[in-house]
Amino acid sequence: MNLLLLFISAAIVNNFVLTYFLGICPFVGVSKKVSSAVSMGLAVMFVMTITAAVTWLIYHLLLVPYHIEILEYVSFILVIASLVQLVEMFIKKVSKPLYDTLGIFLPLITTNCAILGLALFSVLREYSFVESLVFGIGAGAGFTLALVIMAGIREELELSNIPKPFRGAGITMIVAGSLALAFMGFAGLISM
Amino acid sequence: MAKKPIPLSKEFLKGLWDDNPVLRMLLGLCPTLAVTNSAINGLAMGLATTFVLISSSIIISLLRKVIPHQVRIAGYIVIIATFVTVADKFLAAYLPEISIALGPYVPLIVVNCLILGRQEAFSSKNGVGRSIIDGLGMGLGFIFVLVILGSIREILGSATLFNMQILGDWFNPWMIMILPPGAFLTLGLLIGLGNWVNERKVKI
Repeated sequence: MNLLLLFISAAIVNNFVLTYFLGICPFVGVSKKVSSAVSMGLAVMFVMTITAAVTWLIYHLLLVPYHIEILEYVSFILVIASLVQLVEMFIKKVSKPLYDTLGIFLPLITTNCAILGLALFSVLREYSFVESLVFGIGAGAGFTLALVIMAGIREELELSNIPKPFRGAGITMIVAGSLALAFMGFAGLISM
Repeated sequence: MAKKPIPLSKEFLKGLWDDNPVLRMLLGLCPTLAVTNSAINGLAMGLATTFVLISSSIIISLLRKVIPHQVRIAGYIVIIATFVTVADKFLAAYLPEISIALGPYVPLIVVNCLILGRQEAFSSKNGVGRSIIDGLGMGLGFIFVLVILGSIREILGSATLFNMQILGDWFNPWMIMILPPGAFLTLGLLIGLGNWVNERKVKI
């Protein structure tokens, strides 16, 4: 039951994008079309889940026993960078069209704050292995959700008459603000 | 190397407005939005980021002929992460209050696209002097936006600026400004304003 609450909390109540501002770059960059938003979201979710597991193992089995927690950031980011490389090679092999759609944003998952943020949060909140795994899946699902909603809105925005200076990033931020406001309605649903 | 060298002053000034990392290039948005609920947090975050940016620019421009091209990104990130660890431990030791307020966003400087972007676009191709100037300009541009954003949100959201009372009791603070939606809205308006000013400048 607790795990279910943790999942909902990470996915909706404390949405990574809309409450912690993690993963804003791809949120602005890849949210123009619903289809690419879905694939980006799934790629991030996949990397997040693996990252959650691997960084937990590294932190608790390697860094803590040898008292080298100071290497936390360096080791986490190295793990994430190599994982993203693996995923990139995998997608390139399996689906070339998908690889072309994701383009530059695939390697950029490395510098997606959401992934490192996830690893840091699970250490900070002292999650167990299973908890961090669920947290990773939930956060990934939340990221996908926010990205897809945003892409849906932006497809509609293409047709509307927006003041010129606000076209592109400006209006995206303002829409994100309204979305964040809507998501605040979930606050208090679960207190964690 | 560029065929005709750009004057150093231009290298420095471009970060402040024309290529402003946040308003024009949309880099480093996560910390920009997350920590600007007060001006002082914005300033601290800006300074920490600038420190990491300049230090890693120096190292990377010195090593630019040594690091093999294929593993350069991983190399850059390790160098950046090292300096972030330094900044993080420094803040925790000397400014514990700010360190707590910024929370996990200090370690997240590692993945600030602004820093990696400058290393890839600039320091890996230019000498040490130019890289320092570039880092300084970009860093100042970043601090500038963070402090403006933090000030607007702090004045409207808590009626204070740098923890000093600015607006009187008649003002009912807009809670929303220090919450996440306020960050998105303020930045959206600032980006719009920046574009508007730029358009006017071109016309004149």
